[in-house]
Amino acid sequence: MIRMEGLSVRIGRKPILEDISLDFEPGTVTVLLGPNGSGKTTLLRAALGLIPSSGGRILIDGIPLDKLSRREIAGKAAFLPQSRPQASIQALRMVLHGRFPYLSYPRRYSREDLEAARAAMDAVGCRRFEEVNIQNLSGGERQSVYLAMALAQQTETILMDEPTTYLDVRHQLRIMAMARELAAEGKAVVMVLHDIALALRCADQAAVLENGHLVMAGTPAFVYDSGVLDRVFGVCVRRLETPDGPQYYCAEKEGC
Amino acid sequence: MKNSPISSTRKRRGLLFAVLVLLTLLAALCALSFGSVTVSPADMVDFLMGKGNEAVSRIFLYSRLPRTCAAMLAGAALAVSGAVIQTVLNNPLASPGIIGVNAGAGLAVAILCAVLPAAQRFSPLAAMAGALTAVLIVLGLTEYTGASRMTLVLAGVAIANLFSAGIDAVVTFVPEALTGVTDFRIGGFSGVTMSRLTLPSVLILASLLLVLSLTPQLDILALGSDTAASLGLNVRPVRFVLLLLSAALAGAAVSFAGLLGFAGLIVPHAMRRLAGEESLPLVAASALGGAFFVTVCDLISRLLFAPFELPVGVILAFAGVPFFIWLLFRQRGGRS
Repeated sequence: MIRMEGLSVRIGRKPILEDISLDFEPGTVTVLLGPNGSGKTTLLRAALGLIPSSGGRILIDGIPLDKLSRREIAGKAAFLPQSRPQASIQALRMVLHGRFPYLSYPRRYSREDLEAARAAMDAVGCRRFEEVNIQNLSGGERQSVYLAMALAQQTETILMDEPTTYLDVRHQLRIMAMARELAAEGKAVVMVLHDIALALRCADQAAVLENGHLVMAGTPAFVYDSGVLDRVFGVCVRRLETPDGPQYYCAEKEGC
Repeated sequence: MKNSPISSTRKRRGLLFAVLVLLTLLAALCALSFGSVTVSPADMVDFLMGKGNEAVSRIFLYSRLPRTCAAMLAGAALAVSGAVIQTVLNNPLASPGIIGVNAGAGLAVAILCAVLPAAQRFSPLAAMAGALTAVLIVLGLTEYTGASRMTLVLAGVAIANLFSAGIDAVVTFVPEALTGVTDFRIGGFSGVTMSRLTLPSVLILASLLLVLSLTPQLDILALGSDTAASLGLNVRPVRFVLLLLSAALAGAAVSFAGLLGFAGLIVPHAMRRLAGEESLPLVAASALGGAFFVTVCDLISRLLFAPFELPVGVILAFAGVPFFIWLLFRQRGGRS
């Protein structure tokens, strides 16, 4: 489990995150919400030590982050960044790279790695693309391959930065369903999302960031009831009880 | 494991490598044979047995052999250097020529020859230092300014120009500095001797082996630095070592071949199309393709207007520039 205690991050002199205390618990889906520039991506990157923190500490399974090697961290948490260079390789090759943390010299992938990669592709439902160059896949299909790569890493925690952005609605829902399945398997799933309605419907825990401060964290119902989303986003979030459970939508501020 | 996609591409790749090896050997044989005097394979066997015609043996030993070795080494080194730089900087337009690595190496050689003419045999090391300086400037620019791909190339071009002006300045003040290196600015192999190739060839072969051993890491680095780090790679040291090796390759090549511009750009690009983006086949194919391409260009430069000789850099540029422009157009039309 990743635990942040009083975490602060600055880039240059500019404070990006201040005094964040938050847990990413196994078996739960945590969504990070906040306007652009509120520090969501920085929080994910700092949690994995991809950028140095300037205060507080991060514990992974109780061990301070700076006591762990990159490879040890890679065995505990996987990360799907929002953007990355467009690789031109076969999907199966891509997923196999998720096994990199487990390779020892001379770092060639073994039969077990191949099996783990294929199992991950089966779990995500992208096995049929195995031979396809990922450049020839649609955005949603490609995202499923990246997700399979993160699964092949076989970590307890998976961090995803805006995994649904640019995807059509079917693929968005597919990613959210995957997140729930992974949490049901006992993984800690953390997602940065811009779609408040989708986030509140799916999450176990919602954490709201504003200007680098964690203004609230709790169940979606708790966060919704506090009204903090309305203030932070400058919109009016509403809830409807439906046969499919509570649904959320956003209206312009003047309407409230 | 039948019909595994990895084994099916392996078959195709096997064919590609067989063709590349064959072509490279053929080019080497032609380069050894053809010229003012034809040295037939039978003559070469005689030479190796130590009983050849003296004049022919002399031409073979002092002209053909060093020249062919130089062309193959320089081609392989520049192409692999380009492939590594493109992957490490995540920039398909980068190459040792474009981002100023070759010019940095050239400037260091010029300064060494001007200031310490006696130490000329250490020019490969100076070239490496100059190449590394250029690489570090570019790397610093990417890391600390977060410069975009285009800015990076522009900055590289500016740095290349700066170093190149530095070479001009050195040559202006000390005209005899680079006389040991014919056609330095345009690149060429006339006047290369086996003894001058010793140090560079050791540097090049050692760097090539190290790059080949680091191809798994290169593959991970190609995924972007955040992904690479989250997969357990120590991005900074690995990136630094790979750039150091690509600087060693380019620097060693420049120290005897001069500023051979486009070889480092077009060969890795052509090989990306043929061998794919995976690093191990890409690096191996670039080495072979580079050796082949530069050897053939050198052969053409010697034969086209014989007995006059064009510097090989001219032929490389005539072949390279149209390819580069075609590449730019493709990128614009393809996936922008």
